Amino acid sequence: MVVAERKPIQEIMAMVAEYNKILLVGCKGCVTVCCAGGTKEVGILASALRIARKKEGKPLEIVERTLERQCDPEYIEQASDVIEKDGVEAILSMACSVGPQYMAKRYNIPVYPALNTTFIGGALEHGVWAEFCQACGNCIIHYFGGICPVSRCSKSLFNGPCGGSAKGKCEISPEVDCAWQLIYDRMKDLGKLDELAKVFPVKDWSTSRDGGPRKVVREDMKL
Amino acid sequence: MKSGSRLEKILAAGHFAVTGELGPPRGADVEVIKKKAEHLRGVVDSINVTDNQTSVVRMCSMAVCKILIDLGLEPNLQMTCRDRNRIAIQSDLLGSYALGIRNVLCLSGDHNKFGDHPQAKNVFDVDSMQLIQIVKKMRDEGKLLNGQECEGKASFFIGAAVNPFGDPFDFRPIRLAKKIAAGVDFVQTQCIYNMEKFREYMKRVVDMGLAEKCYILAGITPLKSLGMARYMAKSVPGLDVPDYYLKRLQGVPKDKQAEEGIKMAVEQVQEIREIPGVAGIHLMAIEWEHRAKEIIEAAGLLPRPEVN
Repeated sequence: MVVAERKPIQEIMAMVAEYNKILLVGCKGCVTVCCAGGTKEVGILASALRIARKKEGKPLEIVERTLERQCDPEYIEQASDVIEKDGVEAILSMACSVGPQYMAKRYNIPVYPALNTTFIGGALEHGVWAEFCQACGNCIIHYFGGICPVSRCSKSLFNGPCGGSAKGKCEISPEVDCAWQLIYDRMKDLGKLDELAKVFPVKDWSTSRDGGPRKVVREDMKL
Repeated sequence: MKSGSRLEKILAAGHFAVTGELGPPRGADVEVIKKKAEHLRGVVDSINVTDNQTSVVRMCSMAVCKILIDLGLEPNLQMTCRDRNRIAIQSDLLGSYALGIRNVLCLSGDHNKFGDHPQAKNVFDVDSMQLIQIVKKMRDEGKLLNGQECEGKASFFIGAAVNPFGDPFDFRPIRLAKKIAAGVDFVQTQCIYNMEKFREYMKRVVDMGLAEKCYILAGITPLKSLGMARYMAKSVPGLDVPDYYLKRLQGVPKDKQAEEGIKMAVEQVQEIREIPGVAGIHLMAIEWEHRAKEIIEAAGLLPRPEVN
């Protein structure tokens, strides 16, 4: 899933400083799962903003909503009643950055992101998420014991650990596992170490961001 | 001869090679380079010019290599994958060759997180193994990575780095084998302090027949003080400094620690010369270029042989 985290409250306060009434809109997709922008987080942020603005003597009216998803036009549409009739001056989106972009495309009022979209990852334990994918557009993890060297090696190396790998940790931090130690251990367990002895050639990054903004077209899905 | 570089000739003739290192200045002052370079004249066969080492911005390696050539010295261009994509890498290689640079050391590069611009967007389009392949293709086939013919071959002596002390240890000789398969001619190792582990590494490398396929130069970095030894032991990932050295320096007064460090480096060179498969040493006297001569001399490696 897309993992995101809320921006610092001071940054959000500054974004909405000039407004008297905003729509704070959450998303029931990925950001709900990673506890950054679901209904609960919308409620918490709304309360925090109201209290802070009241303290400043400039109360902020906040309409709270959580859409099914903010990355689909049909769900974006569901906010039209509030935005077009309720005198909302700006939108503060708690979705990943696709959400505020979709809101901005549909509604002609300023839109602000309340979250930082961090990475594509998974939960390691309750409250801890880590990066597992950089969406390079051509998955190769099967060559590496199911571990992605693009996203999990700090230098995206394809041919083994750099000289900084020590005691299973990456040179950039003792908090970061060396992906190549993980790959080595896994391939050893699988009895496939000899596959790591081959030189992995240069990667074609054109399926990644390096090919420009990407698009997926599924003809069978089109109406 | 693949490149005809002095380093290649020395190694091909069976001499025990000595390479040195020069860290470019954090600025545009040519005098700094000239001063450092003179300390290495006649002392080493080839001088590595580091490429923004530890991700700190410095004068570019290619420019410094050209300055060394003009001074009549032989450079070894370090090139990292951290700051360049395959377009920039190939362009820099062609330009370097045109300037007279004949030795290239292919490196991944330290992660930018350590340097003076940790906010930088790093590249890592290719890794060091793939960089070796790129240089080899350029030299042996006269072609760019995309298969396009070059106008004029860039015939480099291809080097790389190896760390016998990084983990997983068992993979390290395999990784060297991969670099050889990719096309490397010589490698320089990470600074060696744990001689026992290095011997074990070399034994495996020799048993695998790798020392016959590639020249292995053992890395030496003199410890200038107890403080430096502690730093190298604790804070440099992938470096193995046994307690023995720390204890030995602890027993020496502060003003005598530098001399002791030099003595230890000389001993290391002498030990390394006895290890089968080692073709030379790479002296990384970090900001101590002026003391390189005494180490090389005391180790009995002067004068350097003449080659034509």
